[in-house]
Amino acid sequence: MTKNSRWINFGFQLAALVLALLFTTLILLAAGAPPLEAYKNIILGSVSSLDKISNVLVTWVPLLLASAGLLVTFSAGLWNIGMEGQITLGAIGTTWALRLMQDSTLPPALVITFAILAGMLAGAFWAALAGALKTFGGVNEIFGGLGLNFVSTALTLWLIFGPWKRPGVGSMSGTEPFPETLWLPMFPDSRLSPWALVIAVVAIVIVYFMLQGTYFGLRLKAVGKNFRAAYMLGIPTWQYMMISFILCGALAGAAGAVQVTAVYHRLIPSISSGYGYLGLLVAMLINYQAAWAAPVALFFAALNIGSIQLPIVLKLDSSLSGVLQGMLVLFVLMVEGVRQRLMRRS
Amino acid sequence: MDSNTIIIGLAGVLVAAAPLLFAVIGETISERAGVTNLSMNGTILLSAMGGFAVAVSTDSILLGFLTGAGIGAAVALIVAVSSITLKQSQVAVGFVLALVTRDLSYFLGNPFMGLEGPRLPAWNIPLLADIPVLGPLLFQHDLMTYLSYLLVFLAWLWVFRTRPGLMLQGIGERPAAAFVRGANVNLLRYAYTVLGGALVGLAGPLYSLSVKAGWKGTISGLDGIGWIALSITIFGGWNPARAAFGAYLFALLQWLGLVLQPSMPGVPSQVLQVAPFPLMILTLLLVNIGDAEWVERTLAAMPEGTRRFFTKLLRAMRASPPAALGVPFESD
Repeated sequence: MTKNSRWINFGFQLAALVLALLFTTLILLAAGAPPLEAYKNIILGSVSSLDKISNVLVTWVPLLLASAGLLVTFSAGLWNIGMEGQITLGAIGTTWALRLMQDSTLPPALVITFAILAGMLAGAFWAALAGALKTFGGVNEIFGGLGLNFVSTALTLWLIFGPWKRPGVGSMSGTEPFPETLWLPMFPDSRLSPWALVIAVVAIVIVYFMLQGTYFGLRLKAVGKNFRAAYMLGIPTWQYMMISFILCGALAGAAGAVQVTAVYHRLIPSISSGYGYLGLLVAMLINYQAAWAAPVALFFAALNIGSIQLPIVLKLDSSLSGVLQGMLVLFVLMVEGVRQRLMRRS
Repeated sequence: MDSNTIIIGLAGVLVAAAPLLFAVIGETISERAGVTNLSMNGTILLSAMGGFAVAVSTDSILLGFLTGAGIGAAVALIVAVSSITLKQSQVAVGFVLALVTRDLSYFLGNPFMGLEGPRLPAWNIPLLADIPVLGPLLFQHDLMTYLSYLLVFLAWLWVFRTRPGLMLQGIGERPAAAFVRGANVNLLRYAYTVLGGALVGLAGPLYSLSVKAGWKGTISGLDGIGWIALSITIFGGWNPARAAFGAYLFALLQWLGLVLQPSMPGVPSQVLQVAPFPLMILTLLLVNIGDAEWVERTLAAMPEGTRRFFTKLLRAMRASPPAALGVPFESD
C-alpha cells in the first residue's frame, strides 16, 4: 500500500467516525437531551478520577479477552456469536471449581489457578458444542451459538436459584460471595486486579503472534479466506475450525473466570454483560487486525463506563454507548463500501 | 383440561403466533430475493417501541402500526444499500444493526417505559364468529391476527403461483438467469428487502399494542424473539406455508410449556422458558444434517430398508437456502 492510499483510508475512517457522532447527536436531540453535555459526561465519566480509570480497565480486560478470542474464529471465517454463552460457561466453570475447593487445604493461589483453568475448559467445551453443530450437523454457527447463549443464561439462573442458591432463598444478586482469600489479588480500593490485566495482555499478544507469525495462523487464515482451496491444498479444514472454536472458547472462558475471581467474586445472572457481542463489534471495527484490538477495546470500555453517568446526571438511558459503538462499525462498513465503489470506478 | 380450556388455549396460540408470522414471512420474502436481514431481533424491538410511543402520543393504533412498518422498512433499506449497492457482508451489517436498533429502542424508549397505551381491540367476524368451536378458535380475535392468516396464504400464492413470484425465486436462486430474462435483479432485491422489512416491522407494534402490550424497556420480554424468528425462517425452508407451520408449532410448544409447568414441579421454570432454544438447535440440526458427509457415509453402510427410511426422512426435513443468498449480483 502506498503512503498516499493509506492517508485516503485514514480519511475515510475519520469520515465514519464523524458520521457516527453526527447520528448519535441527532438521536440525543431527538430525545430532547443536550448533546454536548452528554458527551462531556461520557468523557469525564471515564477519565476524571483514578477510580473511573480503574473501572474502565476492569471492563477492558474481559472485552479484550473476548476480542482476542474472536480474532481467532474470524480468521477461520467463523461468526462465533456464541461468545456470550462461552463467557457465561467460563464463569460457571470457575464458580464450580471454587465451590468444590473452597473448603480444601490447598493454597489459595493454586485454587484460583485451577478455577481459572476450569473456566477456560468450560468455555472451550461450550464453543466446541457450537463447532460440532457446525462441522458435523451443518448448523450455521450463528444460530447454534445464539441458541447456546440462551441455554447458558438459563443454566446460570437455574444454578443461582437451585443447587447453588444462597442460604435461605435464592435471589437475582447471585450466589454467596466467595471469601476474600479466593479473590484474585486487587489493587487497593478497586475492583481491578493486576493479574487480570496480565491475563488479558498475554492473551492478545499470543493471539497476535499466532496469527501473524506461525504456520498454524497462516493455515487458519487460508481456511477462512477460501475454505475449498484450503481443503484442496490438504489443510485439515474441519479440524482447524474446531481448534479455532476451542481456542476462542478458552479465551471467552478466561473472561468469565476473571469476572468471577476478580470482579463479582460470585456468579451473577448477567455475568457475561454483553462483552461477547461487544467483542464482535471490536473485531469488525479493527477489520480483524490483532494489533488494534487493545486500543479499540479500551475506547469501547471507556464509552461503556462513561455512559453510566447518563442516567445519573441527565436521566438518559446508558444504552447510548451501544448506539455510538454500533453506528461507528456500521459507518466504517458502509464507508468502506463507498471507497471500494469509487476505486472500481477510477 | 376440558375442551373449552383447550379451545381458548389454542386460540391464544393463534394470537401469539401472529407477530411471529409477520416477522417470519417478511424474512422469508427477503431471503427468497437473496438478502438475509439479520437485524430482525433489534428491528422488532425498535418497531415495538416506536409503534408504542407513536400510538401513546397520538392515541392512534393505525399510526402505531404504520410507524412500526416504517421503521422495519428503514432498517431493511440500510441492509439493502450496504449489501446490494456497497457490497458489504450482509451478516456483518445485519448483526451490527441488530445491536444498534436494540440499544436505540432502550435509549429512545426510556420516557415511554411503563406508560398505559392503547390496545388493539378484538373484532369478532360477523357470522363466522358464531360457528361452534371454529368461531372461538379462529374468528374472535383482532384484525392483525386475521391479516396474519391472509398473509401466509398470499405470500405462498405469490411465491409459488404467480409470474412475479417465479421471478422472485429466480433472483434468489439464479440471478444471472433472471437478469437475462429481463429482471432488474438489484432493483427487485431492494423492493423485496424493504417490503420484507416492513412486514417484520409490523411484528413490533403487534407485540407492544396487543400480544405483550406496553413498553417496559429491557424487561419487555421481546429480546430474543427475532433470533427465534430467524431460525423458524430456516426451519420453514424459505416456503411461507412451512414457515407458518414452524411459527405455530413454536407458539404451541410455548403454550404447552406454560400449561404443563404445574404438573412438572421437578422442572424449574427457567428450564421451560428456554426449552424453545435447544429445540430450535435440534430443528436446525434435522433440517441440515442430511447434507453432512458423515451422515451420507453412515447411510451408505446401512441395510437397504433402514437406509431408504432414513434417506426419505432426512429428505423430507431438509431445506436448502436460495442458492444466491448473500451473494451480490453484478450484471456485467
